[in-house]
Amino acid sequence: MVRAGRQLITGLGVLLLSAVLAVGCFAMDDFPDEVEIDSLANLYDGVVFDHAMHVDMTENCADCHHHTTGTGVVDEYCAKCHDGAEDGDTVACQDCHSANPVSPENFHSTPEAYSYHDDKPNLKAAYHLNCVGCHQDVGGPTGCEDCHAKTDAGEKYYHSGEYAPKQDPHQAAHH
Amino acid sequence: MSKISRRKFLAGSVAGGAAVMMTPAKKALAAGSFEGFPDGMGVLVDFTRCVGCRTCEAACNKEQNLPAPAKPFDDYSVFDEIHHGQPRRPTSKAYTVVNRYETKEEGPVFRKIQCNHCNEPACLTSCFVNAYTKTPEGAVIYNSKVCVGCRNCMIACPFHIPGYTYESVINPVIKKCIFCYDTRLKEGRPPACVESCPQQVMTFGKRAELMNIAHERMRKNPEKYVDHIYGEKEVGGTGWFYISGVPFEELGFDTHLPKEPIINNVKDFLAVVPMVLAIWPALFTGFHLLATKGKSHGHGDDHSHGEEGH
Repeated sequence: MVRAGRQLITGLGVLLLSAVLAVGCFAMDDFPDEVEIDSLANLYDGVVFDHAMHVDMTENCADCHHHTTGTGVVDEYCAKCHDGAEDGDTVACQDCHSANPVSPENFHSTPEAYSYHDDKPNLKAAYHLNCVGCHQDVGGPTGCEDCHAKTDAGEKYYHSGEYAPKQDPHQAAHH
Repeated sequence: MSKISRRKFLAGSVAGGAAVMMTPAKKALAAGSFEGFPDGMGVLVDFTRCVGCRTCEAACNKEQNLPAPAKPFDDYSVFDEIHHGQPRRPTSKAYTVVNRYETKEEGPVFRKIQCNHCNEPACLTSCFVNAYTKTPEGAVIYNSKVCVGCRNCMIACPFHIPGYTYESVINPVIKKCIFCYDTRLKEGRPPACVESCPQQVMTFGKRAELMNIAHERMRKNPEKYVDHIYGEKEVGGTGWFYISGVPFEELGFDTHLPKEPIINNVKDFLAVVPMVLAIWPALFTGFHLLATKGKSHGHGDDHSHGEEGH
């Protein structure tokens, strides 16, 4: 009984230790392999973002995540305050970038004079400026439909696909 | 006519003329210092962000219930279109267009064109039926009910913005971007194009505040931008203004526009018109009278001259 009890405790201990180790290891690569970016989907479908692939491609999480992942920031301007020692409480884009394009907080992080987090892009722009900006530099896809398919609402909006204007040579000649 | 009454008449004319001259001069001074409504809204356009997706064009078409386009809004062959030697420009059927410009340093750069909503709009000052209004919110709107279709504003606009419904035979009118005034700006919401932009090329806010943001962006990234905010000073300042990574002339901007509002070109002249009308008749009547007055003595002179000749 005693022996069995000791074995059980040892077993539990080992289990606990390995669990702690596992969590510790996991914390270092605590990122999702895929992120579905679809909170703003309307004219286009959401994007299933291959996060794992992008992690392999970049050397520094800060290339996309500023300082919030605890790695040194790339932007010299941000580095004046954020030296990389601090993890952010949140790392998702939408935790800082407002989905509302005219939210006053995009303009002013504090109501006083101009401060460093003013002029913050809205969420849609944060995604696109981040992705497209880098894709242009490294030769990644930059066309709208290279990343997300147009929805029916989108085709209607752009007068494309099913809703494309009938080819009228007379109208096309004029403007 | 006695000499006294003539003198009184001349004095009165000069005084009246001076009074007329003073009044418009004062007005001209006041108008020249107008820098837009203090809380007027504007849009900061950052061309370093634009990728030419034309979503803003589609948004404008939908918001303003404009006719269906000749080509889909995701058809990028429009960037190669040349009409009368010029790239596309806004028309009565499309209040905004995006064009592509090949630049030396940055390759293709895209530029959105629409009404700039000037602080002192030339279209407004050129309109003799007062169809145009600059609203305190910052929009330059117009009343097509009173528009007589004279097209003065099309000639006056330094940016060639107002479009004309040439296709309307009975009652052709002017049409242009109105900052989505009726449906959005009036309620404090941004225009449809601004809201639709995936890259936030356009930032909507109080013009004065946006100007600070523009200066800050340039200060933080001096190597990214050319040191000029197009529309900060041009033609007296515009509600929509631009920052760019390439010189503005490479994007088809007219960089030779005056810093003063267009109306200043003619304001001095217009101030002179009442003066000319009031003073010149009196002045030249005076000259004439003086000249004819001399004539009565002139006979004596002629005689004396004649006598000398003898």
